[in-house]
Amino acid sequence: MIITAPKPLEALVASIDALAAETLFLVGCGTCAASIGTGGEDALAAAAAEFERRGYRIAGSTVPESGCSIPGTRATLRAHGTAVADADAVIVFACGTGVQTVAEIIDQPVIPALDSQFLGNSSRIGIYAEMCRTCGDCVLDQTAGICPLTQCPKGLLNGPCGGMDNGLCEVVPGLDCAHVRIGRRLAAQGRPRRSPLTTKNYDRDLHPGAANFRAPRGGATSPSSTEN
Amino acid sequence: MGAFRDKLERGEFVVTSEVAPPRGTDYTKMRATVATLAPVSDAVNITDNQGATLHLSSLAASRITLEDGVEPIFQQTCRDRNRLALQSDLLAAWSLGLENVLIVSGDNPHSGDHPQAKGVFDLDSTQLLQVVTQMNNGTDMNGNPLDGDPTNFYIGAAAFPEAEPWEFQLARIEEKVAAGAVFFQTQAIMDMELFAKRLEDLKQFGVKLIPGILLLKSLRVINFINTRLPGLTVPPHLEARIAAAEDPMEEAIQIAIEQAKVCREIADGVHIMPLGSNQAAVRILKESGIR
Repeated sequence: MIITAPKPLEALVASIDALAAETLFLVGCGTCAASIGTGGEDALAAAAAEFERRGYRIAGSTVPESGCSIPGTRATLRAHGTAVADADAVIVFACGTGVQTVAEIIDQPVIPALDSQFLGNSSRIGIYAEMCRTCGDCVLDQTAGICPLTQCPKGLLNGPCGGMDNGLCEVVPGLDCAHVRIGRRLAAQGRPRRSPLTTKNYDRDLHPGAANFRAPRGGATSPSSTEN
Repeated sequence: MGAFRDKLERGEFVVTSEVAPPRGTDYTKMRATVATLAPVSDAVNITDNQGATLHLSSLAASRITLEDGVEPIFQQTCRDRNRLALQSDLLAAWSLGLENVLIVSGDNPHSGDHPQAKGVFDLDSTQLLQVVTQMNNGTDMNGNPLDGDPTNFYIGAAAFPEAEPWEFQLARIEEKVAAGAVFFQTQAIMDMELFAKRLEDLKQFGVKLIPGILLLKSLRVINFINTRLPGLTVPPHLEARIAAAEDPMEEAIQIAIEQAKVCREIADGVHIMPLGSNQAAVRILKESGIR
């Protein structure tokens, strides 16, 4: 999921005041941000109370099922009638994709309430770790399911580097060296040591990314990613 | 063919030392250091923004060193340049007469004087070694031919013989050999007995090994190594010798002389890192009988 962290409240208030906004509408996200607790019903209720305490008027709030679905978010916002149009600014408690989705749908200025951090998993409630850099050129088959690009702070595909000390990383204190972990897991799986990984193809990491998995008209085919 | 390569390939014992380019545009201090170390060195490593701190480029400083009549080892890290810039600088290096290259990953920007910088690491050191090998075969890294005679770089890499777990470091060295490294300069060696054992593991690769010797000139330096230099620890028995010494600098020189004598017996050369005490480096090489 996409891990998000709340912006400092004072920074958020400064963004609102820069627009001289007095009436606010709050939008969350029912998927990643709700699961983390940064953009669900509870987070929005707490934020609404804090904004009202500071003298702002809350025109309404809503949590679309997925803040990254344009049709779903549009339908959710429509259900709130004129409440959105009444707002001077719309505060979005979602990742950057959710903020931009809302901005595509409405005419009012949007303000992000969260900072998007990384793509990660959770080991316990509230504990998240980055797992994927969405590089577009996955090598996890060769690295025993441990991503060197993400788990090595230098992003070295081949390692360990000279800073590795007793299996630990030189950059992040206490972090296990990704390359030692890869080597150990390959050995535990009885797999031979990999030959050096080839250079990454950053041509497949073009931005903005786009993909079309829809079957062409006139016949169903298996989904395929489009080149950027 | 350069004298450094020639000597090493003939099986003679070599001495390399290390110089940082200026942190600005004034070469005076660097040239003075080179002038002190050159008479006892076969080649001098010119570092590349070492410790991720800003210095004048190794490319220019290597050329200046060559013009001063001293053979440089041009260092290239993967931290600051993408694959286009790395290849471009390699071509520039060859055109400027720089024959020896040492390829390293590079410290993370996090540990240097520009911690806000983006660490590039478009290639890692193994991949960059492969690129230099391809260049020696007349092509760029995509296999497209390059104009003019192929380069003939003498390709070096870094090794960490005391690092644990050793099996992974050994595998890493094997990868670098396969990628084209023919000589290795190592991180500072602390435990000579352990190094001798590790050297046995490395003999199978048939490459030249130049172990590093670092002058442990004070407890302050030892503390810096133990707390700030990743992957390097001064063992307690050496620290105790410096701590007990009336003259720590003299004791450090004696330790380095003992280490250099062992290297003379078992390795292909020695790489001196004098940490600014260049006259001490000269003494170590003379009193160990190497020069």
